[in-house]
Amino acid sequence: MSATPVLALRGVSKRFGAVQALTDVDLEIHTGEVVALVGDNGAGKSTLVKTISGVHPIDDGTIEWEGRPVRIGRPHDAQNLGVATVYQDLALCDNLDVVANLFLGSELKSASVLDEIKMEKRARELLDTLSIRIPSVRIPVAALSGGQRQVVAIARALVGDPKVVILDEPTAALGVEQTAQVLDLVERLRERGHGVILISHNMADVKAVADRVAVLRLGRNNGTFSVADTTNEEIIAAITGATDNAVTRRKARTATAPKEGAK
Amino acid sequence: MSDLAKTPTSTDSDTPAPAAPVPAVDPRLLVREEGLAGYWTEFKRKMRGGELGSLPVVIGLIVIAVVFQLKNDHFLDASSLANIAVFTSGLGIMAVGIVFVLLLGEIDLSVGSVAGMGAAVWAVLSVTHGLNDWLAVVLAVLTGLVIGAVHGAFFAKIGVPAFVVTLAGFLGWSGLQIWLMGGEGSINTPEGSVVEDLTGHFFADKAAAYGLAAVAILAYAASLLLDSKRRKAPRCPRAVSAIVLRTAVVPSRGRRRVRPERARGARGLPLALVLFLAVLVIADFVARRTTFGRQVFAVGGNAEAARRAGINVDRVRITVFAISGMLAAFGGLFIASLSGGATKSLGGGNTLMMVIAAAVIGGTSLFGGRGKVWSALLGMLVIQSIQQGLNLLGMASEIQYMITGAVLLAAVVIDSVSRRTQKSAGRA
Repeated sequence: MSATPVLALRGVSKRFGAVQALTDVDLEIHTGEVVALVGDNGAGKSTLVKTISGVHPIDDGTIEWEGRPVRIGRPHDAQNLGVATVYQDLALCDNLDVVANLFLGSELKSASVLDEIKMEKRARELLDTLSIRIPSVRIPVAALSGGQRQVVAIARALVGDPKVVILDEPTAALGVEQTAQVLDLVERLRERGHGVILISHNMADVKAVADRVAVLRLGRNNGTFSVADTTNEEIIAAITGATDNAVTRRKARTATAPKEGAK
Repeated sequence: MSDLAKTPTSTDSDTPAPAAPVPAVDPRLLVREEGLAGYWTEFKRKMRGGELGSLPVVIGLIVIAVVFQLKNDHFLDASSLANIAVFTSGLGIMAVGIVFVLLLGEIDLSVGSVAGMGAAVWAVLSVTHGLNDWLAVVLAVLTGLVIGAVHGAFFAKIGVPAFVVTLAGFLGWSGLQIWLMGGEGSINTPEGSVVEDLTGHFFADKAAAYGLAAVAILAYAASLLLDSKRRKAPRCPRAVSAIVLRTAVVPSRGRRRVRPERARGARGLPLALVLFLAVLVIADFVARRTTFGRQVFAVGGNAEAARRAGINVDRVRITVFAISGMLAAFGGLFIASLSGGATKSLGGGNTLMMVIAAAVIGGTSLFGGRGKVWSALLGMLVIQSIQQGLNLLGMASEIQYMITGAVLLAAVVIDSVSRRTQKSAGRA
C-alpha cells in the first residue's frame, strides 16, 4: 500500500435542499486496494460515489488526488483525473457490438475514419488480459447474458486506463457463477494496480475481495474496518447502527475510550 | 434479460483460482469458420435467429420482377427500369435522411413540406428573381438544412417530442411554401436549368454505365483486400474465398441498376441514379465508418449510455434532423425536376408516407438503433417497381395505394416477427 492515497475525501458534505445527504465523510483509496463501501439504503453510498464521479459536485470538504486537492465539477473532470465508474444500470448500448461499446466515446480513428480492426484488436487484448470470456466481440451486447454484460461494462471502464474504478453493486443482479466471475475480475483489477471502490450489499462478496470496508450510516462515516480481522457481525452492526444504542453510549460515557469504529 | 436461449452450460469451474491464466475461449463461441462453408453456417444461424437483414426485401423485389414480367413483358425493359431508377432517386434521397432519423428512434413528419419548401425556394430565387441557377440550388438545400436544424433544436434543447415538432413543421412549412409560390401557383422549370438536368440528363454512352459498374466493383474489392491485409497481422483473417464471394455478389446487385442502358430505346444511364447512388455511398460511409455515425447508433440504442460515454447527444440529434432537412430539400428539387417545376402542392399528398414507408420496407427499424442506409434504396425500389408495374398494367392509382399500403404492412409485420424471433434467440 503506497503512502499517499491516490484518492482521498476529507470532510465531504453534500446537501440536497433540506436533506443532508453526506456529512463530513472521509474516505481514502490507495492503488492496488479494494475498498468496499457498505451501508443501508439511503446511507449515502450512491451520493458519495456520484460526488467522486462528478455527477454531484460536493458542497464542503476537499477531494485530494494523489495528494493535491482537486475540483470535480463534471463527469468529464473525474474521467480526466482517471476515475472510471461502472453504474448499476451498466449504460451499454444494446444495439452495438462489444467492440463498439468498449470504445464508445473514445473511438480509435485513422485519418478520421473509424479503425475497426485496431479497435477489435485492442478489445481482444483487453478482454484477454482480464480473462473475460464472451462468445464474440462482434455480437451485439443484447445477445450477452447479465454477467457478460457486467464484465463488458467493467472492461469498458478500463479502456481509458483509469487509476480508480468505482463499481456500483456489480453483483446485484447476478447468479452464483457470474458473481464469482465478477469477483475474479475485481481481484484482477487490484493485481493490475487499480484502486477499486466496490459498493455492495452482499457481505459474502465484500469479505471475499475487499481489503477494507468503509461503512456509511445516515450520511456519516460509521467505521472503517480491515476485512482480515473483522467479523461479519461487526460490519453489520456498524451498518444497522447496532453499535449506536443506549448501551454502547453509556459504555462510551463510563469508559472514556469510545468503542465505535471511527468518528 | 435476453439470455433466454442460452443453455446454462457451466463454462468455467475454475473460478476459485483466479491466477491461472485461462485461455479466452468459450464453448459457446460464435466464430465464423473460414471459407465458403462458414458463410453457409453463419447464414443458417442468422436465419434461425431471426436476423433476416435485407433478405425479405430482396426476395420481394425478385417476386415483384417475376410477377410483373409475366404479366407484361415490358416490365424489365431498359426504359421501364430507367423509369423506376429516375422516379426512385428523389424520394430515395429523402428516404436516406429519414433512415438517419429512424436510427435515432425518432420520426420526421416534415420531409414532404421541406421538399416543397426547397423546390419553392429554388424556383422563386432562380426563376422569379433571376439568381444564378447553381446558387439557387445551393440556397434551397441550405434552407432545408436550417429548417431541419431548427426542428432538431426544438427537439433536443427544449425537449418537445420530435413527432410534434415535425408535425408543426409539416403544417408551417407547407404554409410558407404556398405563400412563397404566391399568385402563380406553379413555376415551370426553365429550359436547360440545373434542376431540369437532375432527372432529365442521361449518360447515353455505354461506357459510362459499364464504367460506373466497374469502378464500384473494383473499389469494393480493393477495400476488402486492404482490410484482409491488415487483418493478417491480428488473429482475425478473412479468407480470400470470402472476398471473391463478396465481390461476386456486388455485380449481381449492381447489374440491376446499370442495366437501363442495355437495350435500344432507352436514353442511357440516368444522372439522377448516379446522384442517388452517390448520396447513398456517402451516407453509408458516414453511418458506418465515422465517429458521428457510431454516435447516431449509440444515441438510438441508449441515449443515457451515450450521454455518459461523453457523447454530445443534443448535437447528434440536431445534426441528424439537419441532415434529414437537407436531403429532403435536395429530394424536393428532383421531384420538381420530374414534375416540370415547383408547385404549391409539391411534396404534399403521400410523399411523406412513401418516404417513411421506403425506409421501413427496406428494413430500418422504427424503434431506433437498427438499420442500414441502403434500406432507402431497397424500399424505394420496391415501391417504385410496384407503381411502375401497375402503371404498365394500366391499373388505377387507388389500387396502387392499396397495394403499397399492404406491402408496408407486410414489411412491418416481418420486422416485428423477426424482432420477436431475435429476442427469443437472444439477439435483440
